[in-house]
Amino acid sequence: MLEIKNLHAKIDDKEILRGINLTIKPGEVHAIMGPNGSGKSTLSSVLAGSEVFEVSEGSATFYGKDLLEMPAEDRAREGLFYSFQYPVEIPGVSMVNFMRTAVNEHRKYNNEKPYSASEFLKLMREKKKLVEIDSNLTNRSVNEGFSGGEKKKNEIFQMAMLQPKISILDETDSGLDIDALRIVANGVNKLKSEDNATVVITHYQRLLDYIVPDYVHVLYKGRIVMSAGKELALELEEKGYDWIKKQFED
Amino acid sequence: MIDNKVIMAEDQDKILEEVTGGEYKYGFTTDIETEVIPKGLNEDVVRLISQKKNEPEWMLEFRLKAFSHWLKMEQPNWAKLNIPKIDFQDIIYYAAPKQKPKLDSMDDVDPELKATFDKLGIPLEEQKVLSGVAVDAVMDSVSVKTTFKETLAEKGIIFCSFSEAVQEYPDLIKKYMGSVVPYTDNFFAALNNAVFSDGSFVYIPKGVRCPIELSTYFRINATNTGQFERTLIVADDDSYVSYLEGCTAPQRDENQLHAAIVEIVTMDRAEVKYSTVQNWYPGDKEGKGGIYNFVTKRALCKGDYSKVMWTQVETGSAITWKYPSCVLMGNHSVGEFYSVAVTNNYQQADTGTKMIHIGKNTRSLIVSKGVSAGKSQNSYRGLVRVNKKAENARNFSQCDSLLMGDKCGAHTFPYLEINNNSAVVEHEATTSKIGEDQIFYCNTRGLSTEDAIGLIVNGYVKEVINQLPMEFAVEAQKLLQISLEGSVG
Ligand SMILES: Nc1ncnc2c1ncn2[C@@H]1O[C@H](COP(=O)(O)OP(=O)(O)OP(=O)(O)O)[C@@H](O)[C@H]1O
Ligand SMILES: [Mg+2]
Repeated sequence: MLEIKNLHAKIDDKEILRGINLTIKPGEVHAIMGPNGSGKSTLSSVLAGSEVFEVSEGSATFYGKDLLEMPAEDRAREGLFYSFQYPVEIPGVSMVNFMRTAVNEHRKYNNEKPYSASEFLKLMREKKKLVEIDSNLTNRSVNEGFSGGEKKKNEIFQMAMLQPKISILDETDSGLDIDALRIVANGVNKLKSEDNATVVITHYQRLLDYIVPDYVHVLYKGRIVMSAGKELALELEEKGYDWIKKQFED
Repeated sequence: MIDNKVIMAEDQDKILEEVTGGEYKYGFTTDIETEVIPKGLNEDVVRLISQKKNEPEWMLEFRLKAFSHWLKMEQPNWAKLNIPKIDFQDIIYYAAPKQKPKLDSMDDVDPELKATFDKLGIPLEEQKVLSGVAVDAVMDSVSVKTTFKETLAEKGIIFCSFSEAVQEYPDLIKKYMGSVVPYTDNFFAALNNAVFSDGSFVYIPKGVRCPIELSTYFRINATNTGQFERTLIVADDDSYVSYLEGCTAPQRDENQLHAAIVEIVTMDRAEVKYSTVQNWYPGDKEGKGGIYNFVTKRALCKGDYSKVMWTQVETGSAITWKYPSCVLMGNHSVGEFYSVAVTNNYQQADTGTKMIHIGKNTRSLIVSKGVSAGKSQNSYRGLVRVNKKAENARNFSQCDSLLMGDKCGAHTFPYLEINNNSAVVEHEATTSKIGEDQIFYCNTRGLSTEDAIGLIVNGYVKEVINQLPMEFAVEAQKLLQISLEGSVG
């Protein structure tokens, strides 16, 4: 479904992604790990359509369509979801209003009728239950004054609402307490199906105990330098990144 | 609570659908025979206007007094506005749509005119009028029709055009006209007093709550004309009225002048809510054309425990110069001012309020939200004055500015004159910017940039919009979205 070939991206002439190759098929779970500053968030936001970075080389296709040609909102409507490492606060805009607009924009894009108020509320209740999000949060402004963990839960709630085909979860586990981690992971698992795929970016094996990856990739200095099965995560947990860094010091 | 918010979202959807296109949609002109007097201003013109309106002698004298005073005045330049020199001899001071000969009923309005107001969403036939809103429609210089008059008359409420009031209720007009804004008040007020054409008059008798919203809709149609209307609202003891004002104008290359006066008087325990959605033509993207909006609005809270609430949503006009104010004379009287001023492209706005505390235990509240985009300039200017004898005055002011892009300007000029130590006056101000990261976040959820801005801006101004009557609130949200179209990217 998602095919990334030789993707290069830079900011102010500083190259951050230096040739990413990655193929993701429906039903798969990919974990991306790697030291701080290696480009994990950059890769995610480039795929989500951020204009902060300039793609200088390479391609990314999503179900055969050129992803890089699409504006960010169309990528979302096509079914790509990006859970932010640092979700953004939007004061004054209620979660309900925000989500309703988002969901109906998705529906419009797919030539579906917008949800009525009651249909929407029903959907929201269902999804809230599924990801066990506190009712109060959806009555507040988008992420405003949310705690770190609440913001992450809210990302997963939005994912549940939008039912994407591929979800990129950027360190969704960081900042979550032990119970919340389990709840969020359960949420992600419940949303998993044969038709959709998940990319989890994380620093810790802990999350991968819950969301079991089919592949683990190591991103280092803007390249995927190693890919293997879920056992790689355990190895990294044990040994850190030094042994990999050594191999790729240039 | 949740339901409410969802309804808002639904409205927003509708709004979005309606505004795709996004140009100023009231820019059409009506092809109707208009009676105009020649351009220019002198004593004869003032006499001619008065004569056209069949006015009594006292009214003419009033006009002439104001005119001779105006001649001695200079156009003010203290506001943070760049106002091109206005040639007052190049303006037509009286234009009236010629009505076709009246046939069946005295009330018959020219179908062309009816069609115009229909197009603007203001139906003039009573059965079609939005439930609970009585309308006075003013086109160019004259009032076209006031609806629901009989219904109101049953309660003793007077709601008619200003010209009619001059004829029918001369005592009330003589007593209150100019009692809040004297003709000497300022340059544009003096001009208005000399040449005002029409407007609305409202009187709510003692103890009456006006059961429906009263509304005036101003429309400039003719070219080269100025619009100088005046509104006078008198709320007697224990009465209440909610009054709405809307305005639009055709799209024209030249600038047109609008210099109105609104006066409100409230007696003991009376309450007046005055809401404006101002959407005069703002000029094009290059700053060509548009209305110069120089308006004097003031309320006199004369009675104890009386209250006036100004709510304004200002999206139109090339230049706006406007400070709806409250003179809090009665003890325990209350003045509130809620404002949203949006400027885009080359628009300039200098708006705010004056709260003059005179009585004891008077309170005032100011909530001002400025949204600037494009190359526009947006200023809040507000005065809070507490007189020597105004014991225990309270004021709270909140002035927020939201900037979009870095070519626009937002300015805040709060003036405080506190002459009594018991006063508690608080002022808060914030400036924020719509962040790229906020827009990107919305984009990743499937919202276009325009939708994202609409949501953020509507969220930002919610506190003010919530003060508007329902139909107006929806209208105002639409307007905000349209006014900011094309302001990013
Ligand atoms: N807006 C920006 N301006 C300048 N440099 C940036 C910007 N965004 C990212 N970078 C740089 O790009 C590199 C990759 O950053 P990125 O956030 O993608 O790392 P990461 O792998 O997600 O790290 P972490 O594990 O700490 O989240 C870093 O060196 C970072 O400083
Ligand atoms: Mg990161």
